[in-house]
Amino acid sequence: MAEPVLEMENIQKYFPGVHALDNARLCVNAGEVHGLIGENGAGKSTLMKVLAGIYKKDGGTIRLRGKEVEINSPEDARKLGIGIIHQELNLMPHLTVAANIFIGREPRKGLFLNEAKAVKDSGALLKSLSIDIDPTAVINTLTVAMQQMVEIAKALSYQSDILVMDEPTAALTENEIQELFKFIRALKAEGHTIIYISHRLDELPMITDRITVMRDGQFVNTVETASVTKQEIISMMVGRTIYEEPKLKSDVPSDAPVVLEARHLMAKNVRDVSFTLRRGEILGFAGLMGAGRTETMRALFGADPLVSGEILLNGKPVAVKSPSDAVRLGIGYLSEDRKAFGLSTGLSVRDNCVMASLEEFTSGPFTDDRKIEKAAREYIEKIDIKTPSTAQLVKNLSGGNQQKIVVAKWLIRNCDILIFDEPTRGIDVGAKNEIYKLMRRLASEQKSIIMISSELPELLRMSDRIVVMNEGRVTGEMDISLASQESIMTYATSN
Amino acid sequence: MENVKQQSRVNLQKLLAPAVLVVLFIFFSLVGDNFFSVDSVVNILSASYYIGFMAIGVTFVIITGGIDLSLGTTMMCGALLGGYAYNTWHWGIIPSLILVVIVATLIGLLNGWLVAYLKLPPFIATLGTQMMGMGFGAIATKVMTMRYPTVGSPDGWFKNFFYKTASGIPIGAAWLALAFLIAFIVLNKTRFGRYTFAMGSNNEAARLSGIRTERWLTGIYTLCGFFCGIAGIFYAAVYTTIIPSTGNGLELLAIAGVVIGGTSMSGGVGSLTGTIIGVFVMSVLKQGLMSMGLQAHWQTFFTGFVVIGAVLIDNYRLAAANRVKIN
Repeated sequence: MAEPVLEMENIQKYFPGVHALDNARLCVNAGEVHGLIGENGAGKSTLMKVLAGIYKKDGGTIRLRGKEVEINSPEDARKLGIGIIHQELNLMPHLTVAANIFIGREPRKGLFLNEAKAVKDSGALLKSLSIDIDPTAVINTLTVAMQQMVEIAKALSYQSDILVMDEPTAALTENEIQELFKFIRALKAEGHTIIYISHRLDELPMITDRITVMRDGQFVNTVETASVTKQEIISMMVGRTIYEEPKLKSDVPSDAPVVLEARHLMAKNVRDVSFTLRRGEILGFAGLMGAGRTETMRALFGADPLVSGEILLNGKPVAVKSPSDAVRLGIGYLSEDRKAFGLSTGLSVRDNCVMASLEEFTSGPFTDDRKIEKAAREYIEKIDIKTPSTAQLVKNLSGGNQQKIVVAKWLIRNCDILIFDEPTRGIDVGAKNEIYKLMRRLASEQKSIIMISSELPELLRMSDRIVVMNEGRVTGEMDISLASQESIMTYATSN
Repeated sequence: MENVKQQSRVNLQKLLAPAVLVVLFIFFSLVGDNFFSVDSVVNILSASYYIGFMAIGVTFVIITGGIDLSLGTTMMCGALLGGYAYNTWHWGIIPSLILVVIVATLIGLLNGWLVAYLKLPPFIATLGTQMMGMGFGAIATKVMTMRYPTVGSPDGWFKNFFYKTASGIPIGAAWLALAFLIAFIVLNKTRFGRYTFAMGSNNEAARLSGIRTERWLTGIYTLCGFFCGIAGIFYAAVYTTIIPSTGNGLELLAIAGVVIGGTSMSGGVGSLTGTIIGVFVMSVLKQGLMSMGLQAHWQTFFTGFVVIGAVLIDNYRLAAANRVKIN
C-alpha cells in the first residue's frame, strides 16, 4: 500500500539572486492526499512548478513509480500523468467549458473542429465525475468553485493519476470547500494521488493523510497528519512557536466614544446594514465569501454608490459620495487586492507612502522631495517596514511589507478610521504576526479599525467585537468574550 | 432561467450593429439626395473593399488582445512594390499582384516574430513596422507614383475582375463576401480560430495547455499581413495609382470598423460579422453625409462619434451582464 509513487530528491532551483529550492525533497505515496505546506516563499509552488515542467530544475532527481524521469515541459508532465491545478485558475474565461477541457487537443474532422464531439465527450467526463455543469457554458458565467471543478476535470481528462492542487480553497466558501473535500475523497477512493498545497492549517486534518513541511526552499519534515498538532506544524513552518490564543475580552473601555456609525446602509449586495465603531476598537467583520462585507465597506468608503442609509462621524451625519470624501473625513480603506487597488507597485516606497496626501508634500507646483523622504523614513521606522531604501520599488517587497506601506499611506493622510479588508491574505505566518502587532498598536493609539477577515482564528485573536454578515445583512453581533468559531459560523449561515 | 435571460440579452446586442446600419441607411434614404440608388450602393461597396479586407485581418489580431498599426502602410508597401515590378521590371500583372500579397504577408510575418518571439508590445512593434513599411515602399520605388493598368489597357481586365465588371456589377463585393466567408470559417471552425480566442482570453493558460502560442500568434499576424496584401490588390484595382509615403491612417479606419463591430480591444471577444457591419457603417456614413452635401470631414467626425458610442454601449452591456451574474 504505502509505496512511494513520486520521489523528488535534492531538487535545486536558482533564480537570479535567489536559491529558491535548496535540496528540496518530497516523497508521496500512491493513493494518498499529501499536504505540502510552508510559509509564502518556502518554495512549495516552485517545487510543484518543477514537477509540472513549468520550471527546469537545476539539480536533483525525480522518480516516478520507481523510475527516474526528466520533466522538461508541461507536455512531459502531462504524459507522465501529472496534472496541476494552479492557484490562479488557468482557464480561458471567454471560451466554453468544452473548449477549455479540450484546448490543445481539440477533436477534429479534417481541418475543422468537431465541436459536437468535444461537447459530448466533456459532458460525459463531467458526468462521470458527478459534476453538474453544462459543457457549452462559457467559463466566465460560472462561479469560481465551478471553474475549479472544470479545471480538475480538465486535469483528470489527461489521465492524470497525480493531481497537484495549489491552494484550491483560497477563493471558496465554506460549503464549496466541503463539496471540494468530498470530491477529493472520491478521487482518492478511485486511486488518485493528490498533492494538496494550503495555507489553511485547519483544513489539513480534514483532508490530508501526510504532510510535508518546507521552509526557505528546504525540506523540513514529513509527518502523519494525525500525529501532529497545529501548534507543531506551525513551529515546523516558522522554526519557532508563534501561535497565539484568541483574545478573551475587549480592550476597549466601555465608555469609549462612538466614532463611526452606519445606519441602514443599502447598496448592491448590502441590505439594511447598521453598526457602530468606537474609538480604539478593532471591529471584526465575519462572514462567508460573498456575504456583502466588502460591498458594505466599499459603499461606506464611497467607492460604490450608496442607495440609501446614513453615515455618522463622531455623531454628525456626513455625505460620502466618493473615496476622496471618505479620505477627507479620515477614513482609509485597505483593499483585499493590494496590487489592484492599494498600491502602485511600479513606484517607489516613498511615492506610495505619500500617494494619498501629495498636496501636503508640495511647495508651489513642485513636489517637495525632501519632505517626502522624511515622512517616508519616519513611517518606515515607525511601523517597521523592511526595505533597503525609500527608493525601492514596491513590487520588490514581500506581501507583508507591501501591506504595511498601504497602512503608512493612510497614516500619513491622518486617517483615524482604517478599514482592513482581508489584511493577511496571501502573506506568510511571520508577516501576519507583524500586521497583527501593527493593528494592535494602532488601536492602542486610539485609531479605530474595521477588519474584514475570512479566517476565524484571526478574527477571534484580533477583534474587540465581531459583526457577522450573511447575504448582505448583519445576522449577528457579539462581544469578543462571547464569540467562538461555532457561534460565528452559526450566524454566518443563518438569516 | 437566468441563463436563458442572459442569452437573449446577448443576442439582442448582436443585433444592435446591424440595426444601426439599417437605421442609418433608412435615415439617409429619407434625407439624402439620391442616396437610395444603385450608384450610391455601388459606391458604398467600393469604398468598403480595402478597408474591409484589412479589417478582417486585424480582427484576428485584436481578438488575441493585440493590435496592428501597420495595416495601411503594409498594404501600400505591397501595392507599391507590385506596381514597381509591373512598371519597371515589366512583370505580368498576375505575378505583380502576387508580389503585392507576398510583400504584405512578409511584413505580417515580421510583426508576428517581433510580437510573439521578441515579446515586443504589439503597439510598439507595429508602430515601428508601420514606419519601416512606409519608408521602404518609397525607397524601393525611388519615390515614384506607381500606376496600375486602366480599364482600356491590355492588362485592364484585372480591374473588371476585382473591382467592377464591364457591365458595372460591383464584383469586388463578391470577393469581399468570399474572403469574409473563408475568414469566418477559419475563426469559428478551426483550431487556428479557437487558439486566436484562447490566447486573447488567457495567454498563459493557453501556453500551459501545451499550445505553441508563439507559433500561432506569428501565424495570426502573418494572416493579417496577407489580408493587407489582398487589400492592396483591391486598392490598386479601385484607385489605379499608388502614391509613395501614403497609407498611414487607413489602419485606424480598419480598426474603427472592428471596434464598431463589437470586438473587444482587451482580447478574447470578437466577431467578423460585426467587423464587416462596422466597415459598412462607416461607408454608409461617408456616402450618406456626402448625399446630404456635407464634406468628407463630416464623415471623419461622425465616424469618431460612432466609435465612441459603440464602445460605450459595449461597456454598458458588460456592466449589465455582470449585474446579472452577481444577483
